[in-house]
Amino acid sequence: MRNIFTIAWKELKSIFISPIAYAVALAIFLVMGIIFYANILNAVVQQVAPPIQIVLGPLVTLMLFTVPAITMRTVAEEQRTGTLELLLTAPVRDWEVVIGKWLGAVVFIIIVLLATWVYPIILNNIVDPGIDQGLLVSGYLGVFLLTMAFLAIGVAVSSFFSNQIAAFFATLGVFLVLWMISYPSQAMGAMGGDLLKYLDMSEHFYSTFYRGIVELKDVIYYISMTAFALFLGSMSVETRRWR
Amino acid sequence: MIRVTGLTKDYGSRRAIHDLDFNARKGEILGFLGPNGAGKTTTMRILTGYMPPTSGTATIGGFDIIENSLDVRRITGYMPETVPLYVDMTVSEYLLYMARLRHIKNADERVKKVLDMVELGDRANGYIGNLSKGMRQRVGLGQALIHEPEVLILDEPTIGLDPAQVVNFRNLIKDIGKDRTVILSTHILPEAQQVCDRVMIINKGRIVAEDTPEMLQARLTGSQRVTLQVRGDGRGLPELLSQIPGVLHVVDKDGGSYEFETLPGQDCRPQVARTVVDHGYDLLLLQPVNLSLEEIFLQLTRDESSAADAMPELNSMLEAK
Repeated sequence: MRNIFTIAWKELKSIFISPIAYAVALAIFLVMGIIFYANILNAVVQQVAPPIQIVLGPLVTLMLFTVPAITMRTVAEEQRTGTLELLLTAPVRDWEVVIGKWLGAVVFIIIVLLATWVYPIILNNIVDPGIDQGLLVSGYLGVFLLTMAFLAIGVAVSSFFSNQIAAFFATLGVFLVLWMISYPSQAMGAMGGDLLKYLDMSEHFYSTFYRGIVELKDVIYYISMTAFALFLGSMSVETRRWR
Repeated sequence: MIRVTGLTKDYGSRRAIHDLDFNARKGEILGFLGPNGAGKTTTMRILTGYMPPTSGTATIGGFDIIENSLDVRRITGYMPETVPLYVDMTVSEYLLYMARLRHIKNADERVKKVLDMVELGDRANGYIGNLSKGMRQRVGLGQALIHEPEVLILDEPTIGLDPAQVVNFRNLIKDIGKDRTVILSTHILPEAQQVCDRVMIINKGRIVAEDTPEMLQARLTGSQRVTLQVRGDGRGLPELLSQIPGVLHVVDKDGGSYEFETLPGQDCRPQVARTVVDHGYDLLLLQPVNLSLEEIFLQLTRDESSAADAMPELNSMLEAK
């Protein structure tokens, strides 16, 4: 446990030192700000109260594209520079390395997510009688769980590469596949359509958390995705030794 | 302390090390000597638990390197070749990180102590990315020493250091090696000669020779070569020398210098000296010529057949196995 925290703390510090963290934060807040502003103007013109979804929708989509940028360097960079050799010859278990790196990225994303609360707060002040607090909490819980799974997958993919750019695009590819895998499910019907629908990461968000519903099966889905990805990442680091 | 039996590692179809067997005692500095690609780094990586062997086993401090890998890593300090470090951390941050990973109590104090040991106290708050190669090398040694390991494994530790640093580094390693086991690889021969208690010459993944630097020289030389110098040109001396029993192949080296060989195991320098003086020559110099480790190394690693030629007793040793 101690090793995980040591590695996570170091990871968090190096995220903050790297320019990527600031580029990611800039991208998130810039895009969120523009979309938020446009939505508010639109709501004013149309004389309707804007829902919290105008924050949640873009936020989830942005995570899809920014998480790979945060996780791409985690293991790949250590592999490229060779620092992984010193980490793996220290008395540290392979899964402690993977979980530590994931945890460091999780803390960074939590900080970013907390900062995006400015939008709901602004919204709450301009909408009468305020926004639906339950929806806000369920939506953010969903974004948080989803992002944890994203980060775990990102760290796992990064552990297969020693090139950051390759890790970035591979991670993005995996995300997009998992995001849209349920598209053919209707056409497939009984031929495994339900399975695809279950595997789809967006399905578990948009049909429940996004609408203010918290269901245990979705929480379990995201947690098991996270655990599976971290397991895969640990296996990948371990097999590096055999390669 | 370290016991290696039948260690073999294949990279695909290429066999990097063949069936290595060796031991290292506590308080011993063992040198791995070999040309590039001989298997030194591979052996070290296996011992430190970075990669598993294809077959064979090794124990460090009684712990099996595969079964008890974590225990092995706990008592071992490792400094890899080219010393990979996090360039975005400061020296003390980095050492503190490594100390925390090893659960050291009073980590801050220990870091200070290690910084003093490797003489980096004044650069403690500088970023590793801004350090020179020699300084990074010292950071690498620092992290290997941070937990006062019982076994220290150093892969080419003095590469890239300036001459003054090299001397300090060697002294430091010697000092550490007094009560610990140190394995260091090098292809700088004088270094092995100066620092190591025992040298293993590795070539193409096999141990071709193993002994103390002095014994290696003695064993390989077999017959002793001696240089002799007299005042003047020493006319007639070769004939005189050849008459002494045990003296072979007298070579005239010009200017009164001669070189001759003696039969193995016979030291005929006293007779030579007496004969030379009795015949009225002024004896200036009478000195045995030692093959340097460099020459031994070249002989052993040129190729397999010449290694056997150079050391016939090695050949019979291998056959006996």
